[in-house]
Amino acid sequence: MLKILRTSLLALSAAVIMTGPALAELTLVITEGVGKRRPVAIVPFAYEGAGQESPLNVADVIAADLNRSGRFAPLDEGDMLQKPKSGADIDFSDWTILNIEAVVIGRVTQTGENVYSVQFQLFDVFRGIQLVGYRMPASRGTIRRVAHRLADMIYEKLTGIQGVFATQVAYVTAQGEGSDRLYSLVVSDADGENEHTIMESSEPIMSPAWSPDSRQLAYVSFETNVSSIYVQTLRTGNSIKVSSKVGINGAPAFSPDGRKLVLTLGGTDGNLDINVLDLKTRRFTRITTNRAIDTEGTWSPDGSTIYFTSDRSGGPQVYKVSSSGGRPERVTFDGSYNARPRLSPDGKKLALVHLDRGNYRIAVMDLERKDLLILSTGRQDESPSFAPNSDTLIYATRAGGRGVLETVSADGLVRQRLAAGRGDVREPVWSPFARF
Amino acid sequence: MKLHNMILTALLALTLAACSSPTIPDPDRSADSGMNDSSRGADSSGFGDEDLGPGEDVPFDSMNGELTMIIYFDFDQSELRPEYADLLARHANSLANSSRTSVRLEGHADERGSREYNIGLGERRSQTVRRMLLIQGASAGQISTVSFGEERPAAFGSDEASYEQNRRVEIKYTN
Repeated sequence: MLKILRTSLLALSAAVIMTGPALAELTLVITEGVGKRRPVAIVPFAYEGAGQESPLNVADVIAADLNRSGRFAPLDEGDMLQKPKSGADIDFSDWTILNIEAVVIGRVTQTGENVYSVQFQLFDVFRGIQLVGYRMPASRGTIRRVAHRLADMIYEKLTGIQGVFATQVAYVTAQGEGSDRLYSLVVSDADGENEHTIMESSEPIMSPAWSPDSRQLAYVSFETNVSSIYVQTLRTGNSIKVSSKVGINGAPAFSPDGRKLVLTLGGTDGNLDINVLDLKTRRFTRITTNRAIDTEGTWSPDGSTIYFTSDRSGGPQVYKVSSSGGRPERVTFDGSYNARPRLSPDGKKLALVHLDRGNYRIAVMDLERKDLLILSTGRQDESPSFAPNSDTLIYATRAGGRGVLETVSADGLVRQRLAAGRGDVREPVWSPFARF
Repeated sequence: MKLHNMILTALLALTLAACSSPTIPDPDRSADSGMNDSSRGADSSGFGDEDLGPGEDVPFDSMNGELTMIIYFDFDQSELRPEYADLLARHANSLANSSRTSVRLEGHADERGSREYNIGLGERRSQTVRRMLLIQGASAGQISTVSFGEERPAAFGSDEASYEQNRRVEIKYTN
C-alpha cells in the first residue's frame, strides 16, 4: 500500500508534523438494523500457495462488509454444514435447511512472488444457480481492497444497489488539550481499516473535501495561525496552498469536473461570501455579496448550481445559486436552523444539519417532494456526507463525551456507529467511487 | 483626539450601562487565562463596584509578549455585553496611543451547530470587537481578525457552563 506522507509544507511551519500510517482508530461497535437481515453464507476461501495461509482471510472481510451493511446476516463458520471449495461441491439442500439465501465460495491462488489470484462465485441457493463469478489479480498490498470489491459485487447482485465497501472515508481527529492539542487528517477504507494520517498539526484542521477522481483532498488548515485552503495529492503527499486571502478562507468543495473549488472568503470586514476558485488560472469569482454569513458551498452533480448556508433571513437556511452567479433562491423553510448542505451524487436529495426540537440532527430533503426526513438521533450531529451510491450517509455525532462517526441508510432504517479509539473524530467525507 | 476619545468612551459607557441587565456570574476562567491573571477585575474584590467591570486595571505590556484578554458573548449573539464597554475603551486607548501596537482578535463559538457556520459566528464576534476599537480611535492597520469557530474550545464539556466559556473573543497583543 502506498505510504502517504506530506512533504511540501514541512519547511513552512513547525506546527506540521510528519506522520506515517496511523494506529487503527475506527472499530465497529454497534450495528443497528431495522427489518429482516437476509441470511447468507461466505464459505472460507481455499488457498493454494507458499505458506499455510492466504495473506488475508478474504471471506472474513466480505462477511464483515455484508454484516456492516445492516442488510445481511452472514452465517457463522461454525454453523456451516459443509465448506465447499468448488461449485460442484455445493449441496444446496444443506444450505436450504439453514434458510441460507445465497452462498459465496472462493479461492486464493499464489501465482508468483507477491502475485495472487482471487476468485469467487455467488450462488442462489433456492434456484441452485450461479449469480456472478470473477477472478481478480491481487498482491499482499491490494488484497484487502480486492476483497472489498468482491463484497461490492455480491452486494450489488443481491440488492440492486452499487456497493461502497471499496471506497474510502476522510475525517479529522483532535486529541489532547491545550498545548498538547493535535489535529490529524486521516484517510481510511470505508470499514475504518487501513488508516493513513495524511497531515497533522497543532492548529485546527477543518473541512476535508475529495476531488472527483478521489486522488486529492482539499482542506482548511490554521497551521500558519490563520486559515488557508490546501489541496493535497494523496499519492505523493504534495500539498499546495490555493487560498490564503486576508480573513477567513474556508469550506472548500471541488466542482464535479475537478477544475474549481467553491470556497468561503471573509475579507478584512469579515463578510463571509461564496466564491469560486479556478484551480488552473487561480482566479477567484465572487458568487454572493450579501452582508450575512454565506458559507458551506457545495455543487450540484451537474455543476450548474451551488447550494450554500446563509443567515440572510435571520437564522441559517440553505440557498441555491447558479454556479456562474446570480440571484440566490431559498431552498429550506422547515425549522429555524438548516445548514451544511450536501447533494446526493444522484442529485435527488439534499443532506443537511437540522435543528430538531433543540437537537442538531442529520436530515435529508427530497428535492422533488420537498419533505424532510430526520435520520439521526443525537444532540449534536453534523457534517453529513453521502456515499457515492447515494444510498448511505456518514456523519459525526457525540457519544461518551467525544466525537464519533455513524453511518445511516438514506431511508433511515439502518444505522451503525464507528467508535474512535483516540480523541474526537469529526467531519467525515465519503470518497467517490475508486478508479481501478 | 484624546479628549474626543475619552468623551466618546464615557458616552458609550453611559449608554451601555443604562441598558445593562444582570449578567451571568463569571465562571472560573483560570484555565484559559494568559499571563495576566492579576489583572482580572473579577479578582479585585476590594473594588467590587459593578460599574468598574471586569477589565479594571489591565496592565498593557506589549514588550513582554502576548497579553490575553477575553470577552464573552451570550448564546447566539455577537452583540457586546454592556459590561465590556469600559474594557474595550481601554484597549482602544492603548492602541490609539501607540501606533506601533497591534492586536489580533480571535473569535470563537460554542460547539453547537455546523462547523463552518460557527467559523462565521466567531468572525462576527471578532468584527464586533474590531468595530468598537475602530470607533474609539484604533486604526484599521492595528487590528487583524481570525475565527476559530468551535475548533479551539477553552472548555471541553458539552454543557452550558462550557459553552459560556467558549463563546468569546480573545484579544492578543502581537507586538
